[in-house]
Amino acid sequence: MTGGIGAAIWQGATVLIGGALLGLVYKGIDRKLAARMQARIGPPLRQPFFDVVKLLAKENVVPDHAIAWLFNGAPVVSLAAVSSLLFYLPLGGFAPLLGGHGDLVLVIYLLAVPAIAMMVGGFAAASPYASVGAQREMVMLMSYEFPLVIALVSIAWRLSTILPEASVFSLSVLAANPLWDWVGPLGAVGLVLLALALLVVTPAELSKIPFDIPEAETEIAGGLLAEYSGRNLALFYLADAVKTVAMAALLVALFFPYGLADRLWLSGPLAGLVDVAFFLIKVLVVVFFSVIVVRVGFARLKIDQAARLFWIPVTGISLVGMVLLILDRVA
Amino acid sequence: MNNESQKITTPRQGKTYTIPIGPVHPALKEPIEFSFELDGERIVGVDIRPGYAHRGIEFMGMKRNLIQVLYLSERICGICSISHPLALTQAVENAAGIEVPPRAQYIRTIIGELERIQSHLLWAGVAAHELGFDTLLHLTWKVREKVMDLLEDLTGNRVDYAIPIFGGVRRDIPAAKGDLAHAVLRYYRDLLQGLMDAFLEDKSVEMRTRHVGALSRGDALRLCAVGPTARAAGVEKDVRQDMPYFAYADLEVRAITPRDFEQEPVGDVFDTIIVRLLEVAQSIEIVERALCEMPEGELVSIPKVAALLSFLKKAEGEGIGRHEAPRGEVFHYVRLEAGIEEPIVWKVKAPTYSNLMAWVPKFMGAEVADIPIIAASIDPCMCCMDRVHVADRSGRASIRMKEELIRLSREKTRRILG
Repeated sequence: MTGGIGAAIWQGATVLIGGALLGLVYKGIDRKLAARMQARIGPPLRQPFFDVVKLLAKENVVPDHAIAWLFNGAPVVSLAAVSSLLFYLPLGGFAPLLGGHGDLVLVIYLLAVPAIAMMVGGFAAASPYASVGAQREMVMLMSYEFPLVIALVSIAWRLSTILPEASVFSLSVLAANPLWDWVGPLGAVGLVLLALALLVVTPAELSKIPFDIPEAETEIAGGLLAEYSGRNLALFYLADAVKTVAMAALLVALFFPYGLADRLWLSGPLAGLVDVAFFLIKVLVVVFFSVIVVRVGFARLKIDQAARLFWIPVTGISLVGMVLLILDRVA
Repeated sequence: MNNESQKITTPRQGKTYTIPIGPVHPALKEPIEFSFELDGERIVGVDIRPGYAHRGIEFMGMKRNLIQVLYLSERICGICSISHPLALTQAVENAAGIEVPPRAQYIRTIIGELERIQSHLLWAGVAAHELGFDTLLHLTWKVREKVMDLLEDLTGNRVDYAIPIFGGVRRDIPAAKGDLAHAVLRYYRDLLQGLMDAFLEDKSVEMRTRHVGALSRGDALRLCAVGPTARAAGVEKDVRQDMPYFAYADLEVRAITPRDFEQEPVGDVFDTIIVRLLEVAQSIEIVERALCEMPEGELVSIPKVAALLSFLKKAEGEGIGRHEAPRGEVFHYVRLEAGIEEPIVWKVKAPTYSNLMAWVPKFMGAEVADIPIIAASIDPCMCCMDRVHVADRSGRASIRMKEELIRLSREKTRRILG
């Protein structure tokens, strides 16, 4: 790092605060667009900001029978994990801040941490609704992790066959060398299938309809979040917002890392600006198709139906994608 | 409400635990308490405890004159706010021997059927919400506004229409308003296919409702289920068909079952959706025919309220009134005594009361995720249904068993008979 520790801290703070703001803006867009699709007017774009401010000002209730340190710790761990995700993901034209210190495997773990934190918080809440929600979250985690990992590892493996020297699990390498440039038609079809599988995994990873089963408002009154209020709920709310951006940024980095500035022969600060804007649009497109459209168009599934969906068709699709990538290498 | 037959348990493996739903819970639109015994996510036992929405309306009615009771009856329930007055007017007309002019019979039919349209659309939206399908909720409730506007145009109110009075109706439907109604009905006729597709052709709705909360024909008969709940189970039971009243005899109404959708009835949630949507279509037809065939004539047999009151004061006898409300048969009983303005007895049996028991077989074997939609599938209306709440002197509610209730009601009957 050129600017030393001070600059690094500034960069880190920018990424963290920017990520949180961005998450809330996307949440606002999500709510507005979903409302328009449901023939409603919807809340103003800045509603998520109001929500966070209000929640932070509210009383933070810890249930009598809850294990307080676990109950209070879970939202902090959750937000910390998703925030640190931002350091490992390429955002816009910029390489990840901690690109040299962690790779794709770390990202997979960091993605799982919020879910586990929510589960722990749910069990610690000592509420039947939260317990049912935590059990459901556990089943969800076991269902969608497998296709997620298949997709990520297949892509890294295929890249390793092309660039044996590079550290292919590093996200900056993955983003700098889009597989589309290397693979043949078979591999391209495989990549499309993997992208499809990840698009289905995204709403599950983010607990959005039809996979909001652990929170199911009408069934278990918010499930995992049933007992959370005030500051703790605000942290979970922020974590959800940031995770949405992080998950979409991961998909963009893996499947569509291209910048616009090079193609427009731009340079200097303008190039950076154009690339960041283009990146934000790409993230919005991913959020639109994998979160907004899906949550407007479906009813909530039951936990066994969701588990079956991920274990058979989605895992199937990602396995076929993997096999096609292998065949592409052979051919 | 608690007796042994209500708590059915199936053989279970492993440890079970209990989860309370209600009296206040997002799955419930009105207060009622469920206690589910769960084995994992599967329901192996259920205990139902109503009584949280009891307001003593019957008692209040027995302290007021009959015109006031009529207004009170409208306020038993906001959604079936015409069904209760229609049943009450029939009961009083039956007791006092008042004739209702034919045009008034048609107007009662029209408002009653318009209420069915709005109630079923309301239910469809609630059902979609319980499934986590809010898009369908918003779209359904948006189109429901049309019939609410029409009801407001015809009666002056969105709810509590204040249309029936003993011996007729209080307001005419002039030709101009009839045209307005025809336009709204055409709108629904065009829309209905889309609505049927949205609910019945949608894969995710089918996944959540097919074979969920099934009620066998035998259980429906044994537990005396009524309305769409019974019809979805294949019981062809409809007061409008079985004991035609108002203009229904002229309009040839028949009970709708899933067979009309070329499906063998299983009584699950999907079947109740079929029945209710087909009934919206049926109501559109009934209203259109009634508007065309409505005869000219008087609106009310005793126009002056003062004259009506003094006539009712002289009346003596008991009467019953039945109406096929959107949720099933609503039944009112009144007993009048000469020289007394108030009814001596006023008893209301709402459709939810009859359907309450159907919940038990519907819930057994289902999953936690099915609880909201199964609870909603009978379209429960607690404020209609809660007619009794037992509390001891300390104010705490207590539970009475069947034998004790029978003994108590026999004692009360003897007391009333003197």
